[in-house]
Amino acid sequence: MSYQKRSKDQLAARVAQDIPEGAVVNLGIGQPTLVANHIPSSREVLLHSENGLLGMGPAPAPGEEDYDLINAGKQPVTLLPGGSFFHHTDSFAMMRGGHLDICVLGAFQVSATGDLANWHTGEKDAISAVGGAMDLAVGAKQTWVMMDLLTKQGQSKIVQACTYPLTGIACVKRIYSDLATLECTPRGLKLIDKVDGLDHAELEKLVGLPIAK
Amino acid sequence: MIDKIAASVADALAKVKDGATVMIGGFGTAGIPNELIEGLIVQGAKDLTVVNNNAGNGETGLAALLKAGRVRKIICSFPRQADSQVFDALYRAGKLELELVPQGNLSERIRAAGAGIGAFFTPTGYGTELAKGKETREINGKQYVLEYPIFGDVALIKAERGDRWGNLTYRMTARNFGPSMAMACKQTIASVHEIVELGQLDPEAIVTPAIFVSKIVKIDRQATQAGGFKKAA
Repeated sequence: MSYQKRSKDQLAARVAQDIPEGAVVNLGIGQPTLVANHIPSSREVLLHSENGLLGMGPAPAPGEEDYDLINAGKQPVTLLPGGSFFHHTDSFAMMRGGHLDICVLGAFQVSATGDLANWHTGEKDAISAVGGAMDLAVGAKQTWVMMDLLTKQGQSKIVQACTYPLTGIACVKRIYSDLATLECTPRGLKLIDKVDGLDHAELEKLVGLPIAK
Repeated sequence: MIDKIAASVADALAKVKDGATVMIGGFGTAGIPNELIEGLIVQGAKDLTVVNNNAGNGETGLAALLKAGRVRKIICSFPRQADSQVFDALYRAGKLELELVPQGNLSERIRAAGAGIGAFFTPTGYGTELAKGKETREINGKQYVLEYPIFGDVALIKAERGDRWGNLTYRMTARNFGPSMAMACKQTIASVHEIVELGQLDPEAIVTPAIFVSKIVKIDRQATQAGGFKKAA
């Protein structure tokens, strides 16, 4: 059987589907920011940004940008009525203190038991930048990863053990990918769902690891 | 009479010494005390250790301070950016030391210095390269890394309003590192866009109380800056 990968928007919609009413959520830089566009307007979700805002709204209309009101990706955003500003140390206390319900991050690699590598590819001459990745990875009640399952070269980004430098140990709860949604457990991967037409054996072959049904 | 209002940027920065640890506020486009950084270049202090979230962008501000050869070491969380070419070149040439710190640990280490905390255990970074060689401990079944405070000699921060006692309010996400840096340094210099009379700042809304501030200096807001006319991207 043939199958189609989830598009970036379909993947964002799949993540958004699992964010419950009332959740406080941090969306990482890059692909995860797309998730905000897919949270139904009927559902009230509080978005947190590491640089000191809670109740973040969508991008402003062209010409309405205010460069004192930006998100972690340094893009102009808006603040919803009821939103608040606070300083950096409080913002990271919200993460580290376990006050965030969910954070959604991108990844280079995730291990079957939830180790995360998303800040550094380990190349010798690369200048590494960590930002808030390590704080987010270990701080939120649930850390979800959103990524393509395979690299451009066709290798699985889900691995037995990460070869890239770690961001956090056993911190990823779920992986939302373009082919399947998986849970990371101390015993390894567990299937939540997969795209139509992709059979279980084929998914296991792509990942190269056993996946419990 | 207590009067922390400095007549000029040069006046505010007069006491910065060679070898100082200088904390500089700002995250992205918000809260960077550009005029104070430019003033520091003119002032001439060298052999500095700079604490900032980033390591300079483009050719102005912190990047210009680096380019002028005034900085020995930078402590930050996110040095590499599309336009961090000045830092990249100096670092690769071995002319600049880098201490990379996860952002929340950076902020908490700064706060700890201001709060009189000797050191603290944090879960962030446990088991990673950035915790190598650091003391760890299991507490209530969870693993933690011991992190020490970062003390500063001078904080350069950007606020919105201030009064002559040094009370400060900020503007939106320009607040970022300002309040913690103000606590962590022997001397805190804040630029503000507006100086108001004592009592005009709502005491319920003062973010940085006067005790943490040494000098304030008024910088007129350019029409193109945030809070003035909107700036095109």
